[in-house]
Amino acid sequence: MKRFVYEVSESWKIAVTQMRSNKTRSILTALGVIIGIVAVTLMGTAITGIQIGFDKSMAVFGDDVLYVEQWPWKQVDDWWNYRDRKKIKTEYAEPINRMIAAAPNSNLLEAVPTSSLIRSVKYGDSEVSNILIRGTVSDYIITSTFDFKEGRFFNELESRGGANVCVIGYDVADALFPSESPIDKSVLISGQPFKVIGVISRQGSFLGLFSLDAIVVMPLPVFQKYFSAKSESDILVKVKDKTKLAEARDELTGLMRRVRGLPPEKKDDFSINEQQALKSTLDPIKNSIAIAGLFVTGLSLFVGAIGIMNITFVSVKERTKEIGTRKALGARRRTILLQFLIESTALCLLGGFIGLTFAYLMCFGIGKTFPSFPIHFSFNLVMVSMIVSILTGLFSGFAPAWSASRLDPVTALRYE
Amino acid sequence: MNADVIRPLGPIIIDIANITKDYVMGEEVVHALRGVSLQIHSNEYIAIMGPSGSGKSTLMNMLGCLDTPTSGHYEFNGRNVSAMNDDELAAIRNREIGFVFQTFNLLPRASSLRNVELPLIYAGVDPETREERAAQVLRDVGLGDRLDHKPNELSGGQRQRVAIARALVNDPSIILADEPTGNLDSKTGQEIMALFENLYQRGHTIILVTHEPYIARHARRTVHLRDGLIESDDGAVVRELESLALT
Ligand SMILES: Nc1ncnc2c1ncn2[C@@H]1O[C@H](COP(=O)(O)OP(=O)(O)OP(=O)(O)O)[C@@H](O)[C@H]1O
Ligand SMILES: [Mg+2]
Repeated sequence: MKRFVYEVSESWKIAVTQMRSNKTRSILTALGVIIGIVAVTLMGTAITGIQIGFDKSMAVFGDDVLYVEQWPWKQVDDWWNYRDRKKIKTEYAEPINRMIAAAPNSNLLEAVPTSSLIRSVKYGDSEVSNILIRGTVSDYIITSTFDFKEGRFFNELESRGGANVCVIGYDVADALFPSESPIDKSVLISGQPFKVIGVISRQGSFLGLFSLDAIVVMPLPVFQKYFSAKSESDILVKVKDKTKLAEARDELTGLMRRVRGLPPEKKDDFSINEQQALKSTLDPIKNSIAIAGLFVTGLSLFVGAIGIMNITFVSVKERTKEIGTRKALGARRRTILLQFLIESTALCLLGGFIGLTFAYLMCFGIGKTFPSFPIHFSFNLVMVSMIVSILTGLFSGFAPAWSASRLDPVTALRYE
Repeated sequence: MNADVIRPLGPIIIDIANITKDYVMGEEVVHALRGVSLQIHSNEYIAIMGPSGSGKSTLMNMLGCLDTPTSGHYEFNGRNVSAMNDDELAAIRNREIGFVFQTFNLLPRASSLRNVELPLIYAGVDPETREERAAQVLRDVGLGDRLDHKPNELSGGQRQRVAIARALVNDPSIILADEPTGNLDSKTGQEIMALFENLYQRGHTIILVTHEPYIARHARRTVHLRDGLIESDDGAVVRELESLALT
């Protein structure tokens, strides 16, 4: 055991001496690993960034909210079966809430109707288009995860009375009111004025596809008064206990069937969606992107590893006589094996360390230049790439180290 | 000329019987050794001589446990070497044998001290003891002021002294030197031979291979090889002398 420790420390010293005396060669060889580690690390940060962004996007849906909609949140092969389904109506919320109240052990808390469409929003000379206009009730707030930057959500009185008030998303506020507070100003939607009573704080984008901040929320009665044609409606149902999501979902299916008056032999003519189901649809896509990315960048690391393997073979060849001498002095096979493994590992660690430094600086630069780019540098990543470097070193050093350890001492000593 | 002191023979260290070594080179088989038997006692100082290609180096490699015979029996300090595996052979080389090569074979980037420490590392000696012992042996061979010199900062004779120190550092049973003066001029060669004489008188057992009769004259016993066989061995004479000295 003690001998092993001395041999390892001796091998480290040799490795360092070797790298020092062959500086150019070591750096050039390590370059392959440097590039590989930079590529893998950057890909790793991007994947972590995407993962975090994904989770954040998913969080918007709430993990305790069920969505009653015409279409399911997944790819369907028989789309024609869904196309002809009856539209979901906001009026369903009322009977559902009544039945929830009547059931003693309901897993559901409350149904919230929403109705939405896309319109432009104007203020003075400025206009923003492609804004999601949504009508709902004051309890919408309990199904949502957003905070307010300014102001408040509309209350029950405003909600029922159909006051011409609205709450605007960050993008709308930013575009129409760059230098003033939007509160108590009136925006125009389809020629109708709505008084802004609240600004939702920034939500970001959904998977980077569309902004969650291009939104205006208003009481349902006013919405229906001006925009009811062409709007899409869903029912959001908040669940009491998110650990009993499956039960809640079954209960809601029963309620919806009653609302729709479906006889038992008929299939559901609506979909109940939830964050988890969406996640499980999107996860495989996300994972295959991650695997493909790591595979491609892994290839560059592999090329680097081959470079190390090659140079270790050269090193073994050049030092054949030294290997013979060491064996004559009592080095065992495993000692020689260890020595060359440590040399290749040291090279890879050097490469890994430099690569990691580069990757860190690049992440830092990217983060500064494009703040929205999903990139995330973590301590775990440092550990992982160091371990990857060590494994690369062991992998690339093994064949040459093995051949060195097998050299016959007499042949090695005769080598010129 | 130096053979004025003859130390009494100790127990048998090396006992080989009917050793052969064949090298197969494609179709052709080279019989480097054709059946060599030899007994070497502790406290001997032996020169192995013979024409080029007669098998001297092959025999030395065999004695030094660097190579295994094609056939024959080899006992080292009573242990059967023929049956040993690689690691056991490495251990014997490390602890029992000190090699001195014609070309010195020092590690070029390591100081004298680090070169001499090498066998101690493989023996599992701790760093402080290692350094102490290596430095001591280097002083013994007259290089106390060259501890931190790299081989390329030393003369040929000094390099060979470092190599000898390295061979001595683990206190081996026997020192094997294959043409230790072959790469040195005759004056430096004589200095190295004086060092060997000194080692012999201090109790070391030495086998050296040489072409030069004036080098061989330092030894107390001379074995002549020809075509892989022992042609002559004056060991008997030495033993006779010794028994005379005792009576
Ligand atoms: N690895 C080998 N493969 C093939 N033949 C070899 C090998 N090693 C030695 N021989 C042959 O064995 C014979 C003895 O070689 P050896 O090196 O023992 O001679 P030597 O007496 O030391 O000669 P020299 O005085 O020139 O050093 C020679 O004929 C040589 O060609
Ligand atoms: Mg020879």
